[in-house]
Amino acid sequence: MHADIETPPAAVPTAEAVVEMRGITIRFPGVLALDQVDFSLRPGEVHALMGENGAGKSTLIKALTGVYAIDDGTIRVAGEDRVFGSTADAQSAGISTVYQEVNLCPNLSVGENVMLGHEPRGLRGIDWKATHREAARHLDSLGLHLDTRSLLSSHSIAVQQLVAISRATVLDARVLVLDEPTSSLDRDEVERLFAVVRGLRDQGVAILFVSHFLDQVYEISDRITVLRNGRLVGEHLAVDLPRSALVTQMVGRELVELEAISEIAERTIDRTGAPVLRASGVGKKGVLEPADVDVYDGEVVGIAGLLGSGRTELVRLLYGADRPDTGDVELNGSAARITSPRHAIRHRIAFSSENRRAEGILADLTVAENITIGIQARRGWHRRMRRAERDAVVKEYIEALGVRPADPNANAGNLSGGNQQKVLLARWLATAPELIILDEPTRGIDVGAKADIQRKVAELASQGLSVIFISSELEEVLRLAQRVVVMRDRRQLGVLESSAVDVQGLIDYMADGGEGSVA
Amino acid sequence: MTKVVKHRLFWPAFSLVALIVLNTVVRPQFMKITVRDGELYGALIDILRNSAPLMLVALGMTIVIATRGIDLSVGAVMAVSGAVTLTIIDGAEDPGSTSTVLVAMAVGTGVALLLGAWNGFLVAVLDIQPIVATLVLMLAGRGVALLITDGFITTVNSEPLEYVSTGYLFALPFALFISVAAITAISLVERRTALGVLTEAVGINPEASRLAGVRSRGITFGAYVLSGTLAGVAGIIYSSNIRAADANAAGEFIELYAILAVVLGGTSLVGGKFTVAGTVIGVFIIQTLKSTMLFLGVPSAQSPVFFAAVVIIVVLIQSPRVHRIARGLTGGMRSRNLSAHSDAEVAA
Repeated sequence: MHADIETPPAAVPTAEAVVEMRGITIRFPGVLALDQVDFSLRPGEVHALMGENGAGKSTLIKALTGVYAIDDGTIRVAGEDRVFGSTADAQSAGISTVYQEVNLCPNLSVGENVMLGHEPRGLRGIDWKATHREAARHLDSLGLHLDTRSLLSSHSIAVQQLVAISRATVLDARVLVLDEPTSSLDRDEVERLFAVVRGLRDQGVAILFVSHFLDQVYEISDRITVLRNGRLVGEHLAVDLPRSALVTQMVGRELVELEAISEIAERTIDRTGAPVLRASGVGKKGVLEPADVDVYDGEVVGIAGLLGSGRTELVRLLYGADRPDTGDVELNGSAARITSPRHAIRHRIAFSSENRRAEGILADLTVAENITIGIQARRGWHRRMRRAERDAVVKEYIEALGVRPADPNANAGNLSGGNQQKVLLARWLATAPELIILDEPTRGIDVGAKADIQRKVAELASQGLSVIFISSELEEVLRLAQRVVVMRDRRQLGVLESSAVDVQGLIDYMADGGEGSVA
Repeated sequence: MTKVVKHRLFWPAFSLVALIVLNTVVRPQFMKITVRDGELYGALIDILRNSAPLMLVALGMTIVIATRGIDLSVGAVMAVSGAVTLTIIDGAEDPGSTSTVLVAMAVGTGVALLLGAWNGFLVAVLDIQPIVATLVLMLAGRGVALLITDGFITTVNSEPLEYVSTGYLFALPFALFISVAAITAISLVERRTALGVLTEAVGINPEASRLAGVRSRGITFGAYVLSGTLAGVAGIIYSSNIRAADANAAGEFIELYAILAVVLGGTSLVGGKFTVAGTVIGVFIIQTLKSTMLFLGVPSAQSPVFFAAVVIIVVLIQSPRVHRIARGLTGGMRSRNLSAHSDAEVAA
């Protein structure tokens, strides 16, 4: 709301649209992914494309960027009918894309990445001096002052993303597509990104923005288009569309569900017996200062902290993904040493990484194989799951979690983010864990799937599963968890009872380290 | 029909059939199989028999490639196992005794297994890049083989040894039975147990697999052990065929042919999904091609050029991109006809 007051959205230009998509229809085997969708982008505006997972956002973007061929409809760019046979066609029409996962070459320098394929040439091949000068000029124009000779991989994801955007300026893009650019950025980094985006907008670039963070959508967008189930629901000026109306349009139902989740989560935990997990002084030099965590039967312990606060490092040590060099762990009252994921799994601890693509989903395998790989790995290669058993498990979890499409033989890599997350959750629940560690299970997925996953976690906990839940969204943490471990700068600040604190209180605690406050 | 075309083995199989048809056209006796003393002879039988060493090596290579790896040392391992086996037979009191030969072959295979384990150790435990790790043995292995044979080509006259490559069992070449046994064993183990899918998981994403509790190291290690062992057996078949241990010529370039067979069969070098049946087809494509060159009398100096030319054609036949272009050409014509049609309708 305050965004409206501070930065009134730029007057929505009425200029002729640079991109006009009319009646776009795309069919996949058995699915109508897009059904007669209209979409237009005008120069000098930020246009948010909103919808749940599977609503067709990615498909529409891929139609616009030439990844998918359209089965029906027309695409006009700057008044010309275009047929994109490849991404190169789209690029030459002035459409640039920055994806959620940065698509650059980490082993090249910043300058090389910015200018890749457009290096100035001299008599003796590429003129590197000029290349870096040009790169610096493009970066400067976005307010980025980087050493263009530094290795791309030495910069944070946020900076890499900005480098990817500056490539768009090299390509002289008329249209810039930003697909979930902020999902792995912290607050300051988002500000920086938005400053760059606003700069480009003011230069007349049409920007298509996709994000699951509603705050950010309202902060940056001039216009919002909502899709649901492959159909256009509506196009609105951001100022005319209240947040609740947007959410209702996206999910097609009211979100009273979240309140129901809070109700399930609000219960007292019996902490008289031995905890399922008690970790004391677990740490690793240079990674995490010794931290204490205990989780009781049926308890959800949240971990709150910014990206890089040590929250992921902590759970990786607990799971044995990395080896701690200090600390003791007790499981159900008896001492245990967990030095590898296999150990942890044997002790019925499961861990779902925040990095779905790199550390979770096995992209070429089917949904069924992805779900059962955890069970299979624990059994060993020689004891293969019987077909009937496997089918039963897979069917059970696809239904319980509402994986879409509900096809066990679909390639897991083709699923939307939210559904991949459900598959991963299924993989771990199928191993019947006592404790499940969920690192950012709701990141980069839509409102509906978020609610589904939160509800599932709350239900399972009420049935006795212990959970460690990490999320950047503090509302989620407070909604689900009974206690919250607060982290900052790779150090544990304290543990709070979630009933005793609200979001603002939690933020204050994270900021001032709990000095003179609740704990 | 489209389902058949879409099957991942369609284009490899198509290429093989096309090669066989071409051969039959050029020399009608290609398909002819004669029976002599209850044993089968003919060009096809030769291809089945001669393909055995490449078959074994390519099968091992398939599994290694599935784990995102590559094994360049297979040729050198063949040289070592041949050298070990023949040196033992040569030094024995009775080179013709079956038990001597069996022991020698067991030791030769055992040494190959250890060499595979060495590769596996470098890759799976020390995390050295597979291409570098196996390059070590590729270069050093032939030196080791030369050390074993004292720098000479050890020749041996031993009937049981020769039987391995030239003998017959139930009217068919014995070497064919070795191939079939290896194909069957690997297919069964990979697909009837969970090893196949776990191997693919490791190849697709080693870190995700580790976090899911898969023994990534163990599976990778095992792949190199398998590859080394199979290369060892291949080396014995090769030596049996020339009745000599030739440290320089044994398995020369076989790593490249094996990689080619795997790729022709449709397994991606990126790792992950693999197909044993595809590799078998790939091996037969290569062996048929070699037989064709022999028949056509392509001079050995020119044979690599001929081979390369045919391989390029086969690869193009299988390329999805080429398929798309081909479809585009015919499909474009079709849609143009269609639009002409609808124009006519509008006019009417």
